[in-house]
Amino acid sequence: MAELVQLVVSGIATGSIYALAGLGFTLLWQASGTINFAQGEFVMLPAFAMLFCVLAGMPLWVAVLVTCAAAMIVLGYGFKRAIVDPLIRHGVIPLVIATLGLAIALKTLVRAGYSAEAHQFGSPFPGGVFSVGGINVTYADVGTLLIAGVIVVALQAFVTRTLTGRAMQAVAQNTEAARVLGIDVKRMVLYTFLINAVLAVVAALLITPTYLAKFDMGESIGLKAFFAAIIGGFNQTRGALLGGVLIGILENLVGFYVSPAYKEGVALMLFLVVILIRPEGLLGKAEERKV
Amino acid sequence: MKPALRVALLAASIAVLAAVALALKRSDVYLLTLYCVYLMATFGLNLTVGYAGQMSLGQAAFLGIGAYIAAILLKLGWPFLLVVPVAAVVCFVLGLVVGFPALRVQHHYLAFATLGFNVLVYLAMRNEEQITGGTFGISGIPRPTILGVDLGGHVAFYWFTLGSLVVLGLLLWWLLRSPWGRAFAALRDNPIRAESLGINITAYTLLAFAIGAACAGIGGVYFASLVEFIEPGPFHFSASLMMLLAVIVGGQGRFFGPVVGTVVIILVPELLRGSSAPWLKFMQVWYLAVFGVAVVLLMLWLPGGLLSIPERFARKAKPR
Repeated sequence: MAELVQLVVSGIATGSIYALAGLGFTLLWQASGTINFAQGEFVMLPAFAMLFCVLAGMPLWVAVLVTCAAAMIVLGYGFKRAIVDPLIRHGVIPLVIATLGLAIALKTLVRAGYSAEAHQFGSPFPGGVFSVGGINVTYADVGTLLIAGVIVVALQAFVTRTLTGRAMQAVAQNTEAARVLGIDVKRMVLYTFLINAVLAVVAALLITPTYLAKFDMGESIGLKAFFAAIIGGFNQTRGALLGGVLIGILENLVGFYVSPAYKEGVALMLFLVVILIRPEGLLGKAEERKV
Repeated sequence: MKPALRVALLAASIAVLAAVALALKRSDVYLLTLYCVYLMATFGLNLTVGYAGQMSLGQAAFLGIGAYIAAILLKLGWPFLLVVPVAAVVCFVLGLVVGFPALRVQHHYLAFATLGFNVLVYLAMRNEEQITGGTFGISGIPRPTILGVDLGGHVAFYWFTLGSLVVLGLLLWWLLRSPWGRAFAALRDNPIRAESLGINITAYTLLAFAIGAACAGIGGVYFASLVEFIEPGPFHFSASLMMLLAVIVGGQGRFFGPVVGTVVIILVPELLRGSSAPWLKFMQVWYLAVFGVAVVLLMLWLPGGLLSIPERFARKAKPR
């Protein structure tokens, strides 16, 4: 029993990281109809950026701030201006292809330009384990949950409590109506890209200590982010959270009770089951097609 | 161009492709055969992507399934010509199984479903050691003897693969000219209108995807027989990505798009690997980065793919 609880707790911690990446993915889709297949690489790049900063002698928190700023400029603003803006008019597929190309380019740039090895990345949390009622929990898991939780609550508060946040929601729900109401749609969409970049940095900070910084680390986390978003419901922000946590827990359980070799396949299985039973996702609302 | 001229031109280029093998080194013939094998898979993918308008990111998985089926059955002594339809049917059915849930919902879900499927298949290939040999793979796969003709030689096998590719190409061409094929194009261009005209879009899209998967399965059989050794490596989902990009780079929905696109993903990197000039050495490492950036630029400036360049020029020349 203690074993099961332990697996679930650490599953929730890992899942909350997937949720962060999935959340950014969902936000981009809602605000601008962008499916970003480079989402995993958007986590990988900040991981290396932080690694460089730390190697250059910065303390970790400075490295995180510097990386956040850089990510907002490059992965937020730059990505939107250079790739999304010119392509979004042509529909979903050209943008999907372009982000696939971008993902390949980024991976190869890191591999060829820096290294093909996996690099150690210091954890922001103290090592070690503490026990609560016979259940061992690592400080890293607690820290991860705490940071992910704070980020999600802060984001939720921003979106529901502030004027800017509400305007962003309006854009996500109905772009045309938002424009008619005088909301600066372009600015709101830009904000979502910036938020996505920050979420990617946080996800990188939390996951890299276990995944290690490697050029292809984005493949796995990107896949989980997509599935988290779809399982929970592509058009619901909360959906990505539920989807991410579910994937995290199930992966741990399957890895322990069934076979560690098939851990990576859990997300797909869950995805197939969910879209067979509830195509719009667990929390999603069915969308109608426009002619 | 007149249709008759086109056919003659095509026949001539195939004849040149066949004849050139006599003058080439063994490794170059091998490379050309590999190109033909991947072309089978990308032709199939073009049906899914270019004609039915679906994104499939699992073509390498189907290629791999075909290859593993071939490896196991050929080693058991099954005749090659029986293994080909078996691989095609298995991949077709798997295509239906993977595609059905995804296509029932929304179309870009197929991309995610196939991506996940590819990950799962790759894991199975690595872990089910009793069947697949795990990371060591399966070696000693025989090349076929058909109707008493030994195809073990590299040129003979190349001709056989090229011939099979032409047959497959003709079948697909015929399929696209048939009412079925026209329905594929109709549902890509305007799914809702197609549906109102009585085309069951889900069924047709699914069919296009499954046929595309079957083509990859057939390609896999030739792959196993060509390389004579298989392991999970070539069937990783990054290979699926490359095949998808090959179709797009060549020009999706253009019959000969994959012919151009597959050169970019198979021949060019292999030739770079084989060369020793210093600047080419540099390109070996950076090729994929250049390729990725090129794909992004292509989407920005030439979304129709390389084969749309002549049309682009024609349009520019004509003042509107």
